[in-house]
Amino acid sequence: MAIGDIAGLKLGPATRDAFGEALVELGGRKPEIVVVDADLANSTMASKFQTAYPDRFIEVGIAESNMVGVAAGLATCGKEAWATSFSVFLLANAYDQIRVSVAYPKLNVKLCGSHSGISIGPDGPSQMGIEDIALACALPGFTVIVPCDAEQTKAAVQAASALDGPVFIRTGRSKTPVIYANGNSFTLGKANTIREGKDITLIACGLTVALALDAAKLLADQGIEARVLDMATVKPLDEEAVAKAAKETKGIVVIEEHLLDGGLGSRVAMAAAKTSPAPMAFVAVDNTFAESGLPEDVLKKYGFTPENVVTAAKSVLSR
Amino acid sequence: MTETQARADIPALKETARLLRKDIIEMTTKAGSGHPSSSMSAAEVVAGLYFGGILRHNPAEPKWPDRDRFVLSKGHACPVLYAALANTGYFPLEWMDHLREIDAPLEGHPNYLRVPGAEASTGSLGQGLSIGVGMAMAGHMDNKDYKVYVMTGDGEIEEGQIWEAAASAAKFYLPNIVWIIDRNGFQQTGSTKDVMPMDPLAEKATAFGWHVREINGQDMAEVMDALEEAKSYHEGPYCLICNTKKGAGVSFVEGNFHYHGKALTVEETHRALLELGWTAEAAKYAKG
Repeated sequence: MAIGDIAGLKLGPATRDAFGEALVELGGRKPEIVVVDADLANSTMASKFQTAYPDRFIEVGIAESNMVGVAAGLATCGKEAWATSFSVFLLANAYDQIRVSVAYPKLNVKLCGSHSGISIGPDGPSQMGIEDIALACALPGFTVIVPCDAEQTKAAVQAASALDGPVFIRTGRSKTPVIYANGNSFTLGKANTIREGKDITLIACGLTVALALDAAKLLADQGIEARVLDMATVKPLDEEAVAKAAKETKGIVVIEEHLLDGGLGSRVAMAAAKTSPAPMAFVAVDNTFAESGLPEDVLKKYGFTPENVVTAAKSVLSR
Repeated sequence: MTETQARADIPALKETARLLRKDIIEMTTKAGSGHPSSSMSAAEVVAGLYFGGILRHNPAEPKWPDRDRFVLSKGHACPVLYAALANTGYFPLEWMDHLREIDAPLEGHPNYLRVPGAEASTGSLGQGLSIGVGMAMAGHMDNKDYKVYVMTGDGEIEEGQIWEAAASAAKFYLPNIVWIIDRNGFQQTGSTKDVMPMDPLAEKATAFGWHVREINGQDMAEVMDALEEAKSYHEGPYCLICNTKKGAGVSFVEGNFHYHGKALTVEETHRALLELGWTAEAAKYAKG
């Protein structure tokens, strides 16, 4: 059983594919857009932009630090520079460059990290960005977006482009269940309530939004009504939606394909603690690297199953 | 719009370098910290760039799109940059009295958002050449004829990113980037030869695809000759290795790495300014 099956979701394109398409659309509209790549364009799907606008595509080779610096230099000259790589290589390898050359001067550089999370599967933990959300959120002034499907990715890319400042967008490798069939998929800084419920709130971003919907269905079968929030903007966080969830339901479960440390769960817990403390549980990668395997096997082993989310929800309700 | 300033003659530029050294020493002494010696080794080159008619720029309009760019990648040497920017009119001279003070714009390392004329936020070594490559690429895309000058230290080039950037400038055959290496021979904990030898440096830069020229970076005439050559060179990236002395201009600081990241004492400031011929200014730091 794949993620999204229980909720009856159709499989759609990978968010990385949607990202590539969105870049092309953007490039046609905005001549100031330049894409910088470090030998992974055919994985991040920046290659679609490369094909459409070769003159505005810069290949720097396997050199993420230089890539980020080049993007920063382009931005000081009025370009909207998009730099792409696997999220772990971008955030972990070029972190100081992102910090000093981009975040500190608040430059208009957009970063897209693909192959996030453990669902990339067989390539193993060296390629899995599982700390990228924490790293990106720790950068002052950064906007951090984790879209859950193709439609939302396109909307997020447009929103990021409309913003004058640094943004990190996280995409995934595999085909993704369709959450948004059409329109209204993304408002920067706002959570989308994609299922109403009075008993408990499930908050997710990226691939785990579909997982939350699966779990919500199983909970409903047991008479528990779960609200599901798609928290696509992880920073700045929709604290109002968190407070509302904490007040109106009996607790919160955060599900993210990321380390427990410093990810969406930490941010939601912080937000709740400030105004409306609530019982919480977290489904995330807990203080470990994952391992190679088929995506469904890896996800299962590290707890990304509807049943595990249901267990987490019940533990919250029992408190 | 101000175009290239008229070229100053060599004696006048030597005077400018002497002025920059005075400002460097005074501002770091007032701050009680900073990197005077790393700034002083670069005084002739910076004087040549800003006062010798090399940079096409307009202090009244720091963001003029057609300006030449100077990126100080060795950001700790910002006193020399601040002195040049203040004396060319980017901001009031008085700003130098408040180096490193809270609420004042001249921070310990250049802040792109607060210092008019600072082309990048630097201070984590190794990043400036990549930024310069991005600027040069943007100029190429926009059919602009500005030139980008990036100054790194010689210790700084131990950072791998420098060589990533060097390779990329060569790949794109950038005719509008000049990499100036202020080779003063020292880094924080000792001589570059002891900490991490990068020799033969000229051969390395050549092998990475740069046209390389090596000069005495303290000789104003040689500096001007090389900067003018670099300015008119359009056959690809140009690398200027400037052999300099850390703390150049003040005998007891010259070549003494113990002055890295340390301001002179009041008494040392007195002696240094006397040595540089700033007698009246030196008197302010005399005992009693």
